[in-house]
Amino acid sequence: MQWFKRRKSIEDKSKKREIPDGLWIKCDGCGEILYKKQIEKNLMVCPKCNHHFRVNSPLYKTLLLDEGTFGEKDENLLPADPLTFKDYQEKIKKSRKKTFLNDAIVCGEGKIKGRDVEICIMDFNFIGGTMGSVVGEKVKRAIQRASDKGLPLIIVTATGGARMQEGMLSLMQMAKTAAALNRLHTPFISILTYPSTAGVLASYASLGDVIIAEPGAHIGFAGPRVIEQTIKRELPEGFQRSEFMLEHGFVDMVVHRKDLRDTVDILLNHLY
Amino acid sequence: MAKYLEFERPIIELKEKIEEIKSLNEGKGGGLEKEIKKLEKRLSVVREEILSRLTPWEKVELARHQDRPYTLNYVKYLFEDWKELHGDRNFADDPSIVCGLGKLEGVSFVVVGHEKGRRVKEKIKRNFGMPHPEGYRKALRVMKLGGKFGLPIITLIDTPGAYPGIGAEERGQAMAIAVNIKEMAVIPVPIIVIVTGEGGSGGALAIGIGDRVYMLKFAVYSVISPEGCASILWRDQKYKQEAAKALKLTALDLLKMNIIDGIISEPEGGAHTDHKVAARLLGEAIIKAHNELKDIPAPELIEKRIEKFGAMGILKES
Repeated sequence: MQWFKRRKSIEDKSKKREIPDGLWIKCDGCGEILYKKQIEKNLMVCPKCNHHFRVNSPLYKTLLLDEGTFGEKDENLLPADPLTFKDYQEKIKKSRKKTFLNDAIVCGEGKIKGRDVEICIMDFNFIGGTMGSVVGEKVKRAIQRASDKGLPLIIVTATGGARMQEGMLSLMQMAKTAAALNRLHTPFISILTYPSTAGVLASYASLGDVIIAEPGAHIGFAGPRVIEQTIKRELPEGFQRSEFMLEHGFVDMVVHRKDLRDTVDILLNHLY
Repeated sequence: MAKYLEFERPIIELKEKIEEIKSLNEGKGGGLEKEIKKLEKRLSVVREEILSRLTPWEKVELARHQDRPYTLNYVKYLFEDWKELHGDRNFADDPSIVCGLGKLEGVSFVVVGHEKGRRVKEKIKRNFGMPHPEGYRKALRVMKLGGKFGLPIITLIDTPGAYPGIGAEERGQAMAIAVNIKEMAVIPVPIIVIVTGEGGSGGALAIGIGDRVYMLKFAVYSVISPEGCASILWRDQKYKQEAAKALKLTALDLLKMNIIDGIISEPEGGAHTDHKVAARLLGEAIIKAHNELKDIPAPELIEKRIEKFGAMGILKES
């Protein structure tokens, strides 16, 4: 037994030496092995094939806003477990540890090229960016603040949809947020990233005055597997991607991550 | 295929026995009336006992019962001068949502509801009550007609969900639902929403924004189907009963969470046993809600509607 154990530990070490933790990553787009630092510099976009890696909320904060201008709001709202749902508390705990967030969205105020904006950024790493009571409430409050202060609203979406663990309370967040948007009379720019699906896409994410999608993002209502099971055949290539949504008229433009900030700025110059 | 659910078996058996004795009685020219009465009383007791302790999953089964009344059944019993309106004026007419105008107690209403279809051919035509985007767009168009001409709106929800298909995605299923939710919030007439059978997630919510939201006693309303939830949580659909329980999808659960405003009773054995009585009970609830809402000025109605949904959710503050 001792021998096996030692052997295993040697193997572990050699593995680590070969691929030091997270130093290299494989591109999901072209399969190329890429040096992580280089990709990070490139905003987590593959320099070879332009594949946009899924990133977390802090990156969009730095990417979109003027440095040091972000002031967070409603960070004190925490998910409850109203249905005492299997493993939910555990999932919340794990996500908190992973993301240092209280739920799947960060909201607040900041500046884009000197202009004040309300901004919400979803984070897929928190239970798949799902919308429960906290996400819905924070979006509603951001809409309200934007309306009260006359500021433009920007929401970056990254989500798997409504949060099953909060049952119907989650579904009603679609109603809460979409209904609140009736009160907003300043520009609302919705940015769809990988992925933007289901209940969130079927509420505020689709209701932007202008809708921008990152290249290759998965955007759709029903999950691809559910569709395949229903229609009993394979889905065409590129189905439910940003470019597909552009072709079918549901997004205004597909914009490279590095150009998001400039694009939002120009749009706001026109609209605001 | 069995016309009844497993838990209904004792009820059905008793019913059959009563029928048997009744025909025997007729043949004999009477004498068994006492026996029949006794059995009928027993049937009532057994039925009440069974239906009062249904599990959440059994309620799902009841909500999906093949004989449950659908929108067109309610329309037939409740609305006079019914005229169905077709088409979204953009792409097509979606038969899985029925829209029209009808009179109830002298008041003209806009009626919008899912329609599952009764027999195989009709079920296929109506896509089992699973709408495409054009269905939701038709619903919104007709509801806006109500807003324009001051007709109160009734929506009847009974759908497994919005249809997951290629065409549905190409034509913007998510967009259609999102727009409906937003626009329904500000239609300047009373909107009464009733979940009559299955409330299947976003596909239900797309016609589910109103000043009053009710559920029939054995209706269910859920963010995901119990089967879908089971395959995510337990990686196996056979745990659908556990999932149904976990999701808190019954009328009573949702009343407790302030997601619905009330529960509409059903005929003794469930809505499927007597469409006429089910329709009468539904009609009474509609009239009552309409009386509560009809004199509220439109701006106040809209304000309250947005606030109503804005208040939903349970969270903590640190």
